[in-house]
Amino acid sequence: MIKFCIRIFSLIALSISVLFFVISSAFAGSPTKVGFVYLTTPGDHGWTYAHELGKQMVEKRFGKDVKVSVVENVPEGPDATRVIRELAKQGNEIIFTTSFGYMEPTLKVAKEFPNVKFEHITGYKRSKNVATGNIRFYEGRYIQGVVAGLMTKTNKIGYIGAYPIAEVIMGINAFAQGLKSVNKDASISVIWANTWYDPVKEADAAKVHIAEGADVLAQHTDSPAMLQIAEKNGAMGFGQSTDMSAFAPKAQLFASINNWGPYYIKKIEELRNGKWNTGDGPNHWPGNVWGGIKSDMLVISKFQNMPANVAQKAQEALDGIKSGKINIFAGPLIDNTGKEIIPAGKALDDGALWGMNYYLQGVNGKVPG
Amino acid sequence: MEALILTIIATSIPLLLAATGELIAEKSGILNLGVEGMMLSGAVGALGAVLWLENPYYGIIAGALSGVLMASIFSVFTINFMTNQVATGLGLTIFATGLTGLAGAPLVGKTIPSLPKIEIFLLSDIPLIGSILFKQDFVAYLSIAIIIFISFFLKYSKSGIILRAVGDDHQSAHSVGYPVKKIRWYATCFGGMCAGIGGAYIPLVLTPHWSEGMTAGRGWIALALVVFASWIPWRIIVGALIFGGITIAQLVGQARGWPIPSQLLSMMPYIATIIALTMISGRLSKNNSVVPSSLGKPFFGGQ
Repeated sequence: MIKFCIRIFSLIALSISVLFFVISSAFAGSPTKVGFVYLTTPGDHGWTYAHELGKQMVEKRFGKDVKVSVVENVPEGPDATRVIRELAKQGNEIIFTTSFGYMEPTLKVAKEFPNVKFEHITGYKRSKNVATGNIRFYEGRYIQGVVAGLMTKTNKIGYIGAYPIAEVIMGINAFAQGLKSVNKDASISVIWANTWYDPVKEADAAKVHIAEGADVLAQHTDSPAMLQIAEKNGAMGFGQSTDMSAFAPKAQLFASINNWGPYYIKKIEELRNGKWNTGDGPNHWPGNVWGGIKSDMLVISKFQNMPANVAQKAQEALDGIKSGKINIFAGPLIDNTGKEIIPAGKALDDGALWGMNYYLQGVNGKVPG
Repeated sequence: MEALILTIIATSIPLLLAATGELIAEKSGILNLGVEGMMLSGAVGALGAVLWLENPYYGIIAGALSGVLMASIFSVFTINFMTNQVATGLGLTIFATGLTGLAGAPLVGKTIPSLPKIEIFLLSDIPLIGSILFKQDFVAYLSIAIIIFISFFLKYSKSGIILRAVGDDHQSAHSVGYPVKKIRWYATCFGGMCAGIGGAYIPLVLTPHWSEGMTAGRGWIALALVVFASWIPWRIIVGALIFGGITIAQLVGQARGWPIPSQLLSMMPYIATIIALTMISGRLSKNNSVVPSSLGKPFFGGQ
């Protein structure tokens, strides 16, 4: 008898929920379902936090017209495949996967769900329904180089990189170009953390740089640990992804801030208008976004803790990049072994940037691997 | 050079503390894989306390208490309900990762004052050695004191011998009349306290802010250190300094452009652990006094 009752009850429950589903999908003007996959949590106060701010802009802009789901702390690898697939199954129409290491998982799931749109952040592989989005982080690095070159007294710059991939290497090289433009004697030492996020390791790397004599530090990892160490030891540094001056009020010279909101909004709008696309052609992907200072995807925070003449130079570099007067990777470019990369009068194109596996002059050592 | 040695010592201290605590727990027969989780809760507890009370010393106490709290949860399950220790320990770490993320959310973006260095009169003025040995923070001195204490405790005190007896053969210990469960409770909570202080050290000294999962695997290294030290307290100091030293050496090597791949150096602590494990298991066949024989086995008697 009890069994029978349970059966009847579950049948009723099932039919009600099906009814609800049908009604809700027929009437609600169906909000666009948007999924986000985060590498860490917004608590990193760096990379993922910047994405979180972008997501909040989306919610503010679209209100009830979008329904956002977020999965945090997704490791790069097989777990990511599972999470992305789950988001696609739940009916998300567009899914933003926000870390480089989600590249293969995103492509794999995209194949299984041809009607779902995927936006992979900082990857370079696309498919029919996978577009990519990225920020020209290196533009900010150039300005960092200019400021570092003018602020350093020891002429030693400590740089903490996450992984030796093109995106990080082009940042180091852009930094070196900025450095060289104002100070020919300074050089950059690079420590690879082999992780995007490990505050203690980042702090250790910063301590080692300082112990080795560096007085200006830069990072391409996610936590504010480096700046805190700089603050404690009287060194200077740059904020990464978000404004980190709260962590290092005396040490942060400025921060390169990632502003993902406008890109998210643009792509969701395109999807809602039925205009979402990935474009075509290797380096001319109109549907793929690689915005920088000019398009406001990279924002430079206030110049602080530096004399007025340095701030002025930094502003000039910023204006130069914005107006296009400064081409960071214009020839002649010579790598740090003396080999010419490109002669005077020419400049590296976007494709060449993604193939960088060498350091330019001004950087010590060689790219590992 | 001096700055580098200080960095190595600072990096080693959380490992040292967590491993020491785990050693005592394991000596009593409890394998607690939740070290990482206990360290995390120690870190978040310390940070919260310092923000609230504005004194870094309260952070140490709060860290210890948070660690003990986590260890008690573990003890209730494994000692009283006799659950599988490995699964419960893993569960504790996963639970603590989530819980600290939640508890730490309001702490994000805040910084705290660091633990001050304590200079020991005159001794700290000795060149090089002075600033390395006698110009440390309170937790650094404390961790050495704990190691010295437990070395003597395990070897010479009656309670220490009882603790080892419980870990080696809980049935016999029980039949002689020792309260196996109570002793294991104490040992596990001591382990939690040490792991909590070790975790607290990370925001109190290494990076004075909260970020989720900031221990980043140090709890697991601490577990490996116990094996590496083959359950002998003073060897933990050596092990922790080796682990810390390799971690820093790998960074220095990169900054100076040594021609050794950084990935290879990053592997070294783990390779050392595997070698240590192999050597110990090889010795086990001849002399099985190294590993506590009841390690990881639930005790069913004495209800």
